[in-house]
Order: sequence, then C-alpha cells, then structure tokens
Amino acid sequence: MSWFSLLFGPTGWGPLLLKGTVITVLLSFTTVPFGFGGGLLLAVLKLSKNRAVRIACDAYTTFFRGIPDLLSLFIVYFGLQSLLNMSAQFFGDAWRIEMNAFVAGVIALSVVVAAYSSEVWVASLKAVPAGQSEAAKSLGLHPKQVFFLIVLPQLGRVALPGLGNIWTILVKDTSLISTLAVMDLLRASSEASRATTRPLLFYSAAAAIYLIFSIVSGVGQAYLERRSNQGYA
Amino acid sequence: MLDTLQSFAGFVVNIDLLSTYGYRLLLGLQITAEVVLISCSLGFVLAYPLSRARMSKNVFISSPALAYVTFFRGTPLLCQLYLVYYGAGEFRPFFQSIDLWWFFRDAFYCCIFAFTLNTCAYQSEILRGAIQSVPKGQIEAARALGLSGYSIARYVVFPQALLVALRPLGNELIGIIKASALAAIVTLLDLMGQTRFVFAKTFDFSIYLYSAIIYLAITQAISRLWNWMELLLSRHLIAGRPATMVLGPGARQGQAALDPLRAET
Repeated sequence: MSWFSLLFGPTGWGPLLLKGTVITVLLSFTTVPFGFGGGLLLAVLKLSKNRAVRIACDAYTTFFRGIPDLLSLFIVYFGLQSLLNMSAQFFGDAWRIEMNAFVAGVIALSVVVAAYSSEVWVASLKAVPAGQSEAAKSLGLHPKQVFFLIVLPQLGRVALPGLGNIWTILVKDTSLISTLAVMDLLRASSEASRATTRPLLFYSAAAAIYLIFSIVSGVGQAYLERRSNQGYA
Repeated sequence: MLDTLQSFAGFVVNIDLLSTYGYRLLLGLQITAEVVLISCSLGFVLAYPLSRARMSKNVFISSPALAYVTFFRGTPLLCQLYLVYYGAGEFRPFFQSIDLWWFFRDAFYCCIFAFTLNTCAYQSEILRGAIQSVPKGQIEAARALGLSGYSIARYVVFPQALLVALRPLGNELIGIIKASALAAIVTLLDLMGQTRFVFAKTFDFSIYLYSAIIYLAITQAISRLWNWMELLLSRHLIAGRPATMVLGPGARQGQAALDPLRAET
C-alpha cells in the first residue's frame, strides 16, 4: 500500500496517530500546573530558613536531576504501584486501586519537571530585588500578600526562558510514557508499524508531528517572552 | 504492623538482591560507559564542522545544517532511536548488499549511531554559541595584526570559546549519560537494561533505587569534576567564571543560555 493510503486511507492509521497526538499534547499540558507548580513550591522551600527543609528539597532536586528521566518515571510508576499494594495490605481491600496509566504518567512527569523547574524558580526568586518585598512588608502587607501580590507577578518574566526550555524537555519526555502502556503518539506509531511492517513511515510521521509541536511551542515562547518584556527594554 | 514495617524496609534496602544481581549492574555499567564515551566523542568530532556549516554565510550550506539541528533537537531521542533501529530493517536488502547489515542489526551500534547524531546536533549548537560569544573586535584586531586564519582560530577564538563551551559540554555529557538509559528500550543490556531485567525476574523494586544510586554517583562526579576544571581553567579571569551558565546536572538546557537565537526549536 502507498504511504498515503496507509496514513489517510479509509483503513489508514491516521486516526490512531491523531489520537496519540492528542494524548501527547494532553500529557504535556496536564503536567504543566503540577510540574511547574511543584517546582515553585520546592523553590520557596529551598529558600526557607529551616535547614532540614532546605537539605531535603536540595536532595530531591539532585536525585531527580542526576538520574535518567526514564529511570525516574519507572521509580515513580512502580514505586507508586508497590506503595498502593502495600497500603492495600495494611488498610484493607478498599485501598486496592488500579492505577490509571495516564494519571501515573502525569504524576511521574510532574515529579521530574518539578525537580528541573525548581532551579529556574530559585534563580528568578533571587532576581526579584529584595527591596520589593521589604517595601511591601513595611507597607504592612501580610507575608502571603507580599508573595502573591508583589513577588509572584514579577517572577514570570524572569522565569519564562528557563521554563520554556523545560517545556521543550517535557514535550520530548512524554514519549517515554509510551513505555508505560499509555497510547501516546510514539506508542500509536509503534502499533501501526508493527501491524504494517512499515516502521520508517510511521516513526517519520511521529517525528514530523513532534517537530511541528516543538516548532509551534518555540514560536509561542518567543511571543510570550516578547509580550512579557514589554516595557522592560 | 511489624510485618508492614519490615516489608517497607525491604522495599528500600535488600542486600541479598545486590549480592545476587550486583554483577549484572556492573556489566550493564560497562555497556553504558562504552555507548556514552563512543557517541559523545564521535559527536564532538562531528559537531565542529556542523557548527561551521551552521554559521556559514552560504544559505545552501547553513540551511541544511539548521534543518539537521532543528530535527534532532525538536524530536524525542526515543523516536530517533526507533527510526534507526526499526527503520533500518526496511532497508535490509540494501544494507546487506553493501555489507553494512551487521551494523544496523545490532542494538549496540544502532544506539551509538542514534546518540551520535543526536548529541552532534546539541554539541554543534553549544560550539556555535561559544564561538559567536567571542567579540568580533578581537578577530578584527587579530586580522589587523596580520595573523593567519589558523592562528586566529588557534590563539584567539578557541581558547576563549572552549572555556565558554566547557560547562554546557559537561551538561551535554551528563545529558547523554541520562539519555543512554533509552538503549534499554531497544533491548540493549546497559545499566538500565540490566535493571529492568533484574526487576522482571525478581519484582523487587529496590533494584531501581540501586541503579539510580549508580547513575547519581556518576553524574554527580562529572558535575564536580567540571566545576573543578572550570575553576582551574578560568582562574586568569578576574571576575571569576563565565557568568552565563549556572546550571548543574540539569540536562540539556545549558546551551540555551548562550544561544542568541534560542527560538528555533
């Protein structure tokens, strides 16, 4: 069969690849709030006055930045599974929960992305001049208000380039989730190439889709950076 | 209660497992080291011509280089690995006819091939950023003094550029070590592959933690070594180390800090 009908014909594999693409995009976007949010939380804790908290957070970051992303995913995935099994032993069968592969994938990716992004957040937290929060404090703002009204709005602009880099890493890392039985883009193309014995065609298609995704996000990042830098010249 | 505690302790530490299967991890470590060292050094050799091509004023030279770099930085390494490993099978008669099938049949060589192509793209961008970070005035001054093209490169550009490139190149080495775990997915028994093998045999989770400790030790050691090298090599700079890069073993975002045209991927 021609490559065209294999992809777009009535019995073609296009729809499966499309579904896989949707899963990949969903995985990436679902991970962002947890991964980047978790990273911000880590960053705030890393700047805390409590030494034990600082050490624990640094250890977390060092660990997950120092081992392969694939290994992190396996550790989180199988670790969660074993913990769930153990809690079922301890608390009874009501705790015997089947882990949804997509949810597990999001958790695993978030753990990794949180570790990566916490460094970016730390750098940008330090980039906001201390005078800002001191001024806010002296005006009588509550520490929470200082953080959410004064510091946080200024973080985005500084953090954006670093977070953009992590976003491109994240998009590519979603392909690792295909090894955990999530039907993402890469796994969809694996299925298609196994069924048709045309791996070159389907993996090229997957590569093309990933490439488009990363080029589009590159353009999006450039736009966001330009926008957030308006007035800072 | 005690049982649960014991099972939790066994979840984290299991000495028996290590004495039975530890040698497998070491065997895997050797494969990982081979793959990483070969592909990183080949990638480095190929990266320099690629970076020159990327900086070329001739569009017919620079745009293929840009396309190459964009492709390899914009798609997942796992996808590239599948393309090489499974895609080569489609050309089997062809590879057999030119007597290269032994190369693409073997997961080991396929991994080296894919990783080399990939790291070459990243390293060429690092080199390009570093070379372009050398102020133009220095090259003009050297030319005005009558230095030859070779002397300018050897005595003016490279000593400064390589110092800038050092940190991101170290990050790239760490990145490749971490990325080499993907070899396990195409059946290679590297450190990750052996880990998965042992896990499939014993269903003992702690083997993943042992493997993680080995990876962590290696990446940390390299990170420390690089800090030391950077200190040593930049001690003539009054202001200290090049301030552009402050990333630890944070994988492959290092070059971005240098790259003035960061938007293309």
